[in-house]
Amino acid sequence: MPEIKSPAFQANVNQAMGDAQLQQALAKLKGGFQVNRVTAAGKLPEFETLRDQATGIKEHTLAHLDFYLEAFEEKTRAAGGQVHWACTAADARRIILELCRQGGAGKVIKGKSMITEEIGLNDFLIHNGLEVVETDLGEYIIQLRNEPPSHIIAPAIHVSKEQVADDFREAHEALDPQRPLAEPRQLLDEARHILREHFLSADVGITGANFLVAETGSVVIVTNEGNGDLTQTLSKMHVVVASLEKVVPTLEDSATLLRLLARSATGQELSVYTTYATGPKREQDPDGPGSFHVVLLNGGRTDLLGGPLNDVLRCIRCGACMNSCPVYGAIGGHAYGWVYPGPIGAVLTPALIGMEKSHHLPHASSFCGKCEEVCPVRIPLPKMMRHLREKSYEKGALPRTFLAGMGFWAFLARRPRLYRTAANFLARALAWAAMGRGALKHVPFAAGWTSERDLPAPEGRSFFAQYRKQKKGEKP
Amino acid sequence: MSSPTVGLFVTCLIDLFRPSAGFAAIALLEDAGCQVEVPEIQTCCGQPAYNSGDRKDAILVARGLIDAFAPFDYVVVPSGSCAGMIRHHYPGLFAQMPELARQAQALADKTHELVSFLVDVLGVKQVPVAFKGKLAYHDSCSALREMGIHDQPRQLLSSMDGAELVALENPETCCGFGGTFCVKYPEISGRMVDDKARDIEASGADTLVGPDLGCLLNMAGKLRRRGAAVEVRHVAEVLAGKTDKTPPIAADPKRS
Repeated sequence: MPEIKSPAFQANVNQAMGDAQLQQALAKLKGGFQVNRVTAAGKLPEFETLRDQATGIKEHTLAHLDFYLEAFEEKTRAAGGQVHWACTAADARRIILELCRQGGAGKVIKGKSMITEEIGLNDFLIHNGLEVVETDLGEYIIQLRNEPPSHIIAPAIHVSKEQVADDFREAHEALDPQRPLAEPRQLLDEARHILREHFLSADVGITGANFLVAETGSVVIVTNEGNGDLTQTLSKMHVVVASLEKVVPTLEDSATLLRLLARSATGQELSVYTTYATGPKREQDPDGPGSFHVVLLNGGRTDLLGGPLNDVLRCIRCGACMNSCPVYGAIGGHAYGWVYPGPIGAVLTPALIGMEKSHHLPHASSFCGKCEEVCPVRIPLPKMMRHLREKSYEKGALPRTFLAGMGFWAFLARRPRLYRTAANFLARALAWAAMGRGALKHVPFAAGWTSERDLPAPEGRSFFAQYRKQKKGEKP
Repeated sequence: MSSPTVGLFVTCLIDLFRPSAGFAAIALLEDAGCQVEVPEIQTCCGQPAYNSGDRKDAILVARGLIDAFAPFDYVVVPSGSCAGMIRHHYPGLFAQMPELARQAQALADKTHELVSFLVDVLGVKQVPVAFKGKLAYHDSCSALREMGIHDQPRQLLSSMDGAELVALENPETCCGFGGTFCVKYPEISGRMVDDKARDIEASGADTLVGPDLGCLLNMAGKLRRRGAAVEVRHVAEVLAGKTDKTPPIAADPKRS
């Protein structure tokens, strides 16, 4: 498993906020993906209808998950492939290692896959003596930097091109140290040159899956670099690692979801490469892998089925929620401390690894609702975060001072007459403390407020104190 | 419509910080022909507890409001967030208690945010008020996303004689208030409101208005901390033409 840094959320936040380079990268994100999504959605009159359809497809599939998974397995077998069921991350790692050994792997190349991040596959395979090379450019960069992804579709969004140039100089020792690497094009060309050699010399190719099609046993992946295609067609063995909820009933359904995926993610109509792979290379095929394996990870997902977090399994990993999230925009992805950042991470992380290790995440949201507004499959993320907050409240996992304050407030709020008196007292006390000014710079019991902004002073007496006086005056 | 009875839910923040906005709401509703009452047994909508995961206290506080507002044709709230709480979250809170669920649904159905009530229910198209200056409107998240309020306030604001509405670059981005969020995660909230304040300052507006006092306190407090000269008021104060008596939110009183 990848290291869990979510318990240190507060420290992670402070570090992220102080990282000027990260902040610059995040500022760019706001003008990029987010704007592109709005433009792409605006160009498609049926976009909202598609969202309803996609939501329906996912709801239906989750309600009949066993049926569609078995159908997928049957069709995959019929096409000459094999399906391996992995209950836990450890099971998945073990199965994949065995497959790699069967495939005679010295070298494994990988397409981008969040599930392999979730199960900590790279470290495990490397620890077991294999060479593992990420082939998505962003993933390749963070692999060189030994960092986890900070965004689910743009894993190296936090890295500047200058940092990439430094990483390349360090990693690609055989190349001329004096070569120019200032331009993105130069970086791309170098990565392409290096990766091409890996593609040609690898034994096993591991990819994720955007969708698994039950109707045909096909695995769908989308990429913008074509690295996924090379990974799966040039290797002798193709291993797909996917979680259960990736299955959809039909090809038609996968097409509906594809129409939303790239538009929601990057604002493209479609990703540059969309590949349906069904089984290994057949005799008449000019190319393709000699064997085809799908490792299906549960990893705690079936525990969510039918419960209050069921709908989070609709996620198609487009990243729209994090692209639009002002909290993600302030702190970036690493601060969330596990695999999935942003609003989806704030729900999925507690759902998969438990609230004990990630209780901050669902609390660190202003509930602005933007994530739900942009989610192509209409996942009610704020509602789910609220549910998780209820769980942590029930367990008494909130700071004691916060609970005490909340308890005192609730005590008053249920007693209107007492509340009136207290509110008027507080209004007058704060107004008095402001000493004729419009705001207070420091308020001892509201340090969280005044550390960032002034506290506007109340006008004086509370509304109800004034209202009561007015009403008395009206009476004859 | 023959003068409907309206129960005004003042909200806890207006009660405490900004009574002027409450009185402005009464004036707007009365000018539009409503009989307005402000039941004194109201306190808060329960959102602080609800969003902190304290469902039990949220239910207890919400029960008080259900009783307080039962007698009225409409309940009007000068806040998108508190109106959204009643409209969209009360029925679910009482899902396990059929009789209360019915009452909560009845309350939800007749609850409206102030400006959308004026425009959508009462058919108000303009306000007979003069306003000199450039106004920016901030779409508070709940008003925008839960209550679908976008055009209504802009329509009334631009009907004011002399008012010029300027657009923020990101009017729909959260200001970072978020109820208890702003004190639980002050650094994140602070960054969000700093971005918002920069947007407001760059817009050239000399007055910022919005539908929710929480957001307005947050933005006004940040603008003041940054030394910006933008005046901040609740949208009701401006629409009711009541800007002469009370200084803007967080502004020092003018010395005469």
